[in-house]
Amino acid sequence: MPQSLLPWFLVIQRLGIALLTLIIVSFAVFFATELLPGDVAEILLGQAATPEAVAGLRAAMGLDEPALSRFIGWLAGLASGDLGTSYVNKMEIVELLSGRLRNSLQLAGVTTLVSVPIALSLGIGAAMWRGSLFDRVVTVLTISVISVPEFMVATLAVLIFAVWLDWLPALSYGADMSSLGTMLKAYAMPVITLSFVVSAQMIRMTRAAVIETINTPYVEMALLKGASRKRMVLVHALPNALGPIANAVALSLSYLVGGVIIVETIFNYPGVAKLMVDAVSTRDLPLIQSCAMIFCVSYLMLITLADLIAILSNPRLRR
Amino acid sequence: MMAEYQTTTAAKDAPKPKGPGWSFNWVGRIGLAIMLFWGLVAFVGPWLAPHPPGEIVDWDYFGPVSGDYWMGTDYLGRDIFSRILMGARYTVGIALAAVTLACTLGVILGMIAAVAGGWFDMVLSRLLDAFNGIPSLLFGLVVVAAVGSSIPVLILTLTAIYMPGSYRFARALAVNVNTMDFVTVARARGESTRYLILQEIFPNILGPVLADLGLRFVFIVLVLSGLSFLGLGVQPPNADWGGLVRENIEGLSLGAPAVIFPSVAIASLTISVNMFIDNLPTKIRDRSE
Repeated sequence: MPQSLLPWFLVIQRLGIALLTLIIVSFAVFFATELLPGDVAEILLGQAATPEAVAGLRAAMGLDEPALSRFIGWLAGLASGDLGTSYVNKMEIVELLSGRLRNSLQLAGVTTLVSVPIALSLGIGAAMWRGSLFDRVVTVLTISVISVPEFMVATLAVLIFAVWLDWLPALSYGADMSSLGTMLKAYAMPVITLSFVVSAQMIRMTRAAVIETINTPYVEMALLKGASRKRMVLVHALPNALGPIANAVALSLSYLVGGVIIVETIFNYPGVAKLMVDAVSTRDLPLIQSCAMIFCVSYLMLITLADLIAILSNPRLRR
Repeated sequence: MMAEYQTTTAAKDAPKPKGPGWSFNWVGRIGLAIMLFWGLVAFVGPWLAPHPPGEIVDWDYFGPVSGDYWMGTDYLGRDIFSRILMGARYTVGIALAAVTLACTLGVILGMIAAVAGGWFDMVLSRLLDAFNGIPSLLFGLVVVAAVGSSIPVLILTLTAIYMPGSYRFARALAVNVNTMDFVTVARARGESTRYLILQEIFPNILGPVLADLGLRFVFIVLVLSGLSFLGLGVQPPNADWGGLVRENIEGLSLGAPAVIFPSVAIASLTISVNMFIDNLPTKIRDRSE
């Protein structure tokens, strides 16, 4: 194979792995939720669960078909955008999800806008003045945030901003959305928490990426020929670290997926994760499956994107 | 669980300062000390508890720190200090069991894949890579929701989540060692795969694997606490540290010690492990380069 085609070969291979992952994930999601204890028909009927009624409802819902044929039907439905109906309130899942998904994406979007610029400047700054007081403070802070659970960051944020300082409301749902100021306040808490969690990862990875580039001979050469430290990092090292940094950004954003589950639950934020945690308690199978798939697909997209950036930005593969 | 606990501590005890190369700085020592402290508490803690962890001892709820109740009381008036001592057994015990299982399985499979190569390596690697594409907390959420939460289920779920990463790490290390001359010589001598793995490769990847085990332990503690915080981990009336935070979250607006101390316990454990891992003795570190 000619050398110039190698990156594209790797890209196609990576996309293939992503597709394979998607199939395995959907398989796992479908059959894990199949294992939920208790019969759905019995739970839905409650008091009225006579054997005949249960059998009738099972037939009507297609639960008496073999699991594999239901799995294939479910996959086909997913592909065509038909997610089925919720067991609990008989609403179309697409309808239930659309508003929630917009809320969650909004939360993720605002968090990205807030955290990326802050994280990049802190990460690059820490690498530029490596070993300085600033670097050490940033390192200790990021390690602390990474080593504690997300709910603790959230708890701490509530304690500081809502309880002690009394600046922000502790819950976002049902807050007054009439003006820009109050809307910002309602978003602030979840966004602050998520930004902390995501930025910590991003700062660490950005710092590592820049330091790795600084350690190369050509950057040392720049320093030796008399370039200032700032010029050495920003002009010589940074352009070559862009690939790894973009990779780091995409990879850290995948932490949003886990963080959002905890944060939406704590702040009662009406997003997909809250919907899913509620669906787990009501055993609403189709809804759990759809939510889980949304999370898996977004996570998969982000880590695949990170890998693709890493492959395409590596000049050694293009020789 | 206790046997696993002891073997792991023995493994962690190995990098003690003895002679050049094994010494490490004070940050690492503090980390190691706190780690061992929590390990000891998980082992003997429940016998030290001043009150039974499940008993309501104070008629006031969210009581303050006092001489009788060193860390205040919870939302039912139970002694938080005793509950944290008991919770250490759940948090540390489950996480240790899961990390031991995950790393043992992952390292063994990783070394076999690196030495055997071919189809076995290819299929296993792709399959476990695919597993890595599932966000960990979500995986835990779905599985625990599906089969219900009990301690064995939690341990196995956490093992399943973190085994692929351990496999990937061990395989990458073993592939590097596998191409070295002394392994080639051993192979030319006609040694069996089993000998190659146990005598040639394993001793040379042990250091980095132990560091990886520590990091994975931190991740497992975090996910376990997250699951318990969502009410899907250790079930009441028992509670691990994440569960203690969940139970007492109402006390947050009162600034109750009942919600602060369990949080501090989690943070001290995870941060101390990180401190120790980041400052491992050079003798272990250099092997990883």
